[in-house]
Amino acid sequence: MANIYSIHDVLQKHSIKLMVGIVAAVSVGGLVEIAPLFLIENTIEKVEGMRPYTPLELAGRNIYIREGCYLCHSQQIRPFRDEVDRYGPYSLAAESMYDHPFQWGSKRTGPDLARVGNKYSDDWQVRHLIHPQSVVPESVMPSYAFLATTPISGDEIAEHLKTLRLTGVPYTDEQIASAATDFAAQGSIDGAGAEFDARWPKAPSRDFDGNPEQLTEMDALVAYLQMLGTLVDFPKIVPDADFNR
Amino acid sequence: MTISTALSPGRMPDAPVAYRDDVVRWFMIAAVFWAVVGMLVGVVIAAQLTYPALNLGLPWTSFGRLRPVHTSGVIFAFGGSMLIGTSFYIVQRTCRARLFGGFAAEFVFWGYQAFIVMAALSYVLGGSQSKEYAEPEWYIDLWLAVVWVTYLVVFAGTIMKRKEPHIYVSLWYFLAFIITIAVLHIVNNLAIPVSFFGSKSYSLFSGVQDAMTQWWYGHNAVGFFLTAGFLGMMYYFVPKQAERPIWSYRLSIISFWSLIFVYIWAGPHHLHYTALPDWVQMLGMTFSVILWMPSWASMVNGIMTVSGRWDRLRTDPILRFMVVAVAFYGMSTFEGPLMSIRAVNGLSHYTDWTVGHVHSGALGWNAFISFGALYYLFPRLWGRKAMYSEPAIRLHFWLGTIGIVLYITAMWASGIMQGLMWRAYDSLGFLQYSFVETVAAMHPYYAIRAVGGLCFLSGTVIMAWNLWKTATAGEPVEAQPATPALQPAE
Repeated sequence: MANIYSIHDVLQKHSIKLMVGIVAAVSVGGLVEIAPLFLIENTIEKVEGMRPYTPLELAGRNIYIREGCYLCHSQQIRPFRDEVDRYGPYSLAAESMYDHPFQWGSKRTGPDLARVGNKYSDDWQVRHLIHPQSVVPESVMPSYAFLATTPISGDEIAEHLKTLRLTGVPYTDEQIASAATDFAAQGSIDGAGAEFDARWPKAPSRDFDGNPEQLTEMDALVAYLQMLGTLVDFPKIVPDADFNR
Repeated sequence: MTISTALSPGRMPDAPVAYRDDVVRWFMIAAVFWAVVGMLVGVVIAAQLTYPALNLGLPWTSFGRLRPVHTSGVIFAFGGSMLIGTSFYIVQRTCRARLFGGFAAEFVFWGYQAFIVMAALSYVLGGSQSKEYAEPEWYIDLWLAVVWVTYLVVFAGTIMKRKEPHIYVSLWYFLAFIITIAVLHIVNNLAIPVSFFGSKSYSLFSGVQDAMTQWWYGHNAVGFFLTAGFLGMMYYFVPKQAERPIWSYRLSIISFWSLIFVYIWAGPHHLHYTALPDWVQMLGMTFSVILWMPSWASMVNGIMTVSGRWDRLRTDPILRFMVVAVAFYGMSTFEGPLMSIRAVNGLSHYTDWTVGHVHSGALGWNAFISFGALYYLFPRLWGRKAMYSEPAIRLHFWLGTIGIVLYITAMWASGIMQGLMWRAYDSLGFLQYSFVETVAAMHPYYAIRAVGGLCFLSGTVIMAWNLWKTATAGEPVEAQPATPALQPAE
């Protein structure tokens, strides 16, 4: 009977067969664990309230990625009593369904940010980003003061929305066509108006960085932070009852 | 050029093979350079976590941009240069064949170094795609894919023209490493660029599927880059330095196939208690615990190879580096399965315990086996009798060991403490600590960690000096006859 030694005896004398054997051995695990996630329907819950990021929020998210925020802040609340008490309802798969790439993180040098939206005022967020120790003396976070002085423009944001649509994010033609306008409008001091609100339901629009003269990277990042975890209406949705985990 | 085929005793070559050691030499120099750079950045970011003012308030010097420079610097630049260089050295000798492909080997060297420089510059300038250990953007990923496939062609091509009937153990591991890393790299980096002339892209997958793909990649970067590849190194240099054959050939067969089959399943343990479906988490945990066995099989095989030569640990600091490396491999592959158990992971995840675990493997196993290999290779590659200074090797060993112990004990203490503080409740049923109280409690441990890192870096700098002196001022070996005389067995 062929045992592992006699099979191996063949493979160790034929480089091609050895390589084919290696490919076969390392393929199984990935196929079994990853492929079904695209096929099994209840991998992602059907939840009301999820919408793609607005152009300004998307730009803010890209700043979050650029600065490596995910290296110290997770965006994934685990179903533990202490985490739910500290951060809010545990994270659902649906809440990151438009995240290309995901930002769950792997380390909490700072707190989880999955539901940081609306927990602090815009003013607090701006002060904290400019000089974290001014509001949290023990913090070890770097200063991001340069965001407040770096102007940002939405000239190319429509291309980003188009690219995301190719990956499966359901941006409409109208949202893409008005992306540059909506980008500036969301950060304006008077709010963005009815057309914006119709295109981006429940997206807040205001001057996020406290500097109405200029649209800055700070506006974009704060707009992103202030919407994190706010889309799903949790008092209405009870995860344990609604999705049998 | 001497022919070293101690692994096939009694077999005489038809004619001496002129090995290509120029590329190996370049890779070794690059590895030492990147070791110093990567560890230096590590010490800098450790100091930033202790004193945040050291971030300097500049975009280019903040922790978030420098951390990938550190991880890529030590894993891909130092570790990768070691792996490619030693694999080229080993494949020629165990196959008794000159490196295949001519100029392709030069291309692998310069292409890989270009990849490292492009990646490091892009992180500092803010060009990360935010997938841990796969931060480079699409254009750098494409470049690396080309270089990597060329590497596979050179390596496999050399095996195909071998004059030995058997493919040696090290080469199985190197093949598994090269092939699997190619697959992981390509699948995990599937993305659509926003424009052909811009660096930004959006990953093809999102949310749960993206998380699973990333940690399938991330864990197997550990499994195949930092484990399989370095085991290939271990299976050559430990027998060579101990002058003993591998303890058990059958154990190496069993551990090889079980290791590469099981490792690939272990990724989901990075996502315990997240929105990833429970069935995937359970599979990941189960296979992670099983993985303990093949890992320890390799460790036992490495350690036992030295049996009968234990006295040399007193006199041979190079062998000491290698044996301690294998012992650290055993320790961190015991700790890993432990941390992959969901109940343990509930405490350890998101804390410094993970950081400590990674460093016991990276410093204790990967770096120490690399140091052993470098001390073995430099005199041989530059035609010297021995290393320039043996006391300096001993000093390096102790600086490195003390550095690791300071590092991992500090991270165990801070990680477990932080995990316990997060979940502590007071008698009234409120959370006992605010988050920032747990941050403040980390401060002394972060300081100890930075000191440990500095010790380790100092050892590496001493090694760099010692290797430099060996190459430039070491005592040369006497001219040898073209065909070495056969010597009777001792």
